[in-house]
Amino acid sequence: MKIVVLVKHVPDAQFDRHLSGEGHTTDRDESILSELDEYALEAALQLAEARGGAKAGNKVIALSMGPAGAVNAIKKSLQIGATEGVHLTDGALAGSDAAATSLALAAAVRHLGADAPVDLVLTGMASTDGETSLVPAQLAERLGLPQVTFASSLDVDGGRVTARRDADTHSETVEASLPAVVSVTDQINEPRYPNFKGIIAAKRKSITTLSLADIGVDSSQVGHAGSWTRVTAAEERPPRTAGTIITDEGDAGIKLVDFLAAQKLL
Amino acid sequence: MANVLVFIDNPGQALKKSSLELLTIARSLGETAVAVNGELSDDAAGTLGAYGAASIFRPAAADLDDYLVAPKAAFLAAVADKSGATTVLLENSPEGKEIAARLGIRLSAGVITDVIAVDADGTAHKSVLAGSYTTTAKATTPVTVLSVKANSVDPEPAAAPVTPETVTVDAPADATAAAARITSREQKVASGRPDLTDARIVVAGGRGLDGDFGPVEELADALGAAVGASRAATDAGWISHDAQVGQTGKTVSPQLYISAGISGAIQQKAGMQTAKVIVAVNKDAESPVFEIADFGIVGDLFQVLPQATEEIKKRKG
Ligand SMILES: Cc1cc2nc3c(=O)[nH]c(=O)nc-3n(C[C@H](O)[C@H](O)[C@H](O)COP(=O)(O)OP(=O)(O)OC[C@H]3O[C@@H](n4cnc5c(N)ncnc54)[C@H](O)[C@@H]3O)c2cc1C
Repeated sequence: MKIVVLVKHVPDAQFDRHLSGEGHTTDRDESILSELDEYALEAALQLAEARGGAKAGNKVIALSMGPAGAVNAIKKSLQIGATEGVHLTDGALAGSDAAATSLALAAAVRHLGADAPVDLVLTGMASTDGETSLVPAQLAERLGLPQVTFASSLDVDGGRVTARRDADTHSETVEASLPAVVSVTDQINEPRYPNFKGIIAAKRKSITTLSLADIGVDSSQVGHAGSWTRVTAAEERPPRTAGTIITDEGDAGIKLVDFLAAQKLL
Repeated sequence: MANVLVFIDNPGQALKKSSLELLTIARSLGETAVAVNGELSDDAAGTLGAYGAASIFRPAAADLDDYLVAPKAAFLAAVADKSGATTVLLENSPEGKEIAARLGIRLSAGVITDVIAVDADGTAHKSVLAGSYTTTAKATTPVTVLSVKANSVDPEPAAAPVTPETVTVDAPADATAAAARITSREQKVASGRPDLTDARIVVAGGRGLDGDFGPVEELADALGAAVGASRAATDAGWISHDAQVGQTGKTVSPQLYISAGISGAIQQKAGMQTAKVIVAVNKDAESPVFEIADFGIVGDLFQVLPQATEEIKKRKG
């Protein structure tokens, strides 16, 4: 199987995150591989391993679009176990919204399928920075592929993918033919950590760099020029400050109700 | 010609509050058309008229529900073309966002998710980076697609009700070709409590409950609240995954969020820190949740919660 996993380099949520510049885009210093993409990578590795792994010709390609630093997300993916890495990078991509991002990624996936077709594109359920969840569905629409989103389990057999999804009022089982685009939730598995062997092995794995020209995309189709939305203003919310803290002396439940009554919340 | 198109997926017997909110926002933007998938009861149709929907578009095929989102997006794209609407409003559920995503590509339209308010000129307001920024965004395309969070406006019927005309629209023939098919669906048991995403009050429990959600549920019922949970509690199987609040669970913005036995990790805060008032009960004074709590109690939740529940019942008589 040939699986492409989309991995994003995002600002670490453990630190304060900032928007900057004219387009109010996210600052990408202190960035890491998006935690939610680790679940997609793990799912890909499990599918490849179940089919005999790299030796049997299974490929797990970690694809990241982003500035120079995004290569770190790819390196981490290779350490965890991806077989090869692809870095789509081009100055013109900066500031791309979901629509422009999905356009570039769709072209990159087509490019990667030129020699042998891609069977599956796996992504996380959302990026931990933009949090829109739009890209997987838009990528599927652009590639004309079935999409299965928010999969909490995943099975591939006989050219079909089967997945479970949980909605508020119901759970469902869905089925699609390959190739397909699948986004997975954090319920699907327990992502592994890179081990020493993996870190050494990653040094020998190749990372291919692609530019927009390589994938046949014009710079006017991406970045601010190719985006269909624009952030017009951004304002930092004042951080929440701590209020009253009391220690229970046997009557804290009553004090809690007093507080709710004073706030007119009863 | 309509200015705004509202999508309502399977309205059921009575329209949900979130649908009424979409209709209320739509009226502030111009003449409203509604696209409905699934059954439309007389009551629901009457409500659409009361909320000012001038026309109702329905799909010719009945099987859109057998597939994941793609055919719904195709149907909606056809309706957008036919109605001439320049703004499409959908609910901000995972499915609503996916339909919005595919619709955006079909219409070459900018999509903005997690919207909490829309100005008359189509500028959308939302908060990003786990609630740390409020932003305004605008589509640069002729058509704008917006998914709007529940609890964004108070629903209000139109000054004068209208009688909508009903139009049937064929989804394009290729709509189901590249779609994932739903092969089985299990209904979950309803809890009878308010829906977590639009509840006014949420009482949430974490690992500190040690497997017993009783104290949280009883307090929630005394307050008429929804029950939420941390991932530690849902992962442990103490409560169903739909109760999870946070980065990979639900984002809630209630009037009041009571956090009990939850440490307040960044991924949990991401889902609740836009609550108006936050109350925390935790026996560890160093828990990060106290950094954002308006009222914090350092104490044992098994003492504090039942006492509060009793007191509320007493005061409510
Ligand atoms: C990719 C990713 C996504 C995640 N998404 C989410 C998410 O959406 N939502 C989420 O919540 N978490 C999420 N997490 C997990 C998050 O990081 C924390 O692990 C989790 O929130 C911890 O849950 P907790 O606070 O209940 O447990 P703990 O951190 O173990 O805290 C339990 C607390 O209970 C207190 N306590 C114990 N006993 C009592 C008692 N008797 N009375 C009072 N207090 C008591 C303890 O002092 C402690 O502070 C995610 C993590 C990752 C990596």
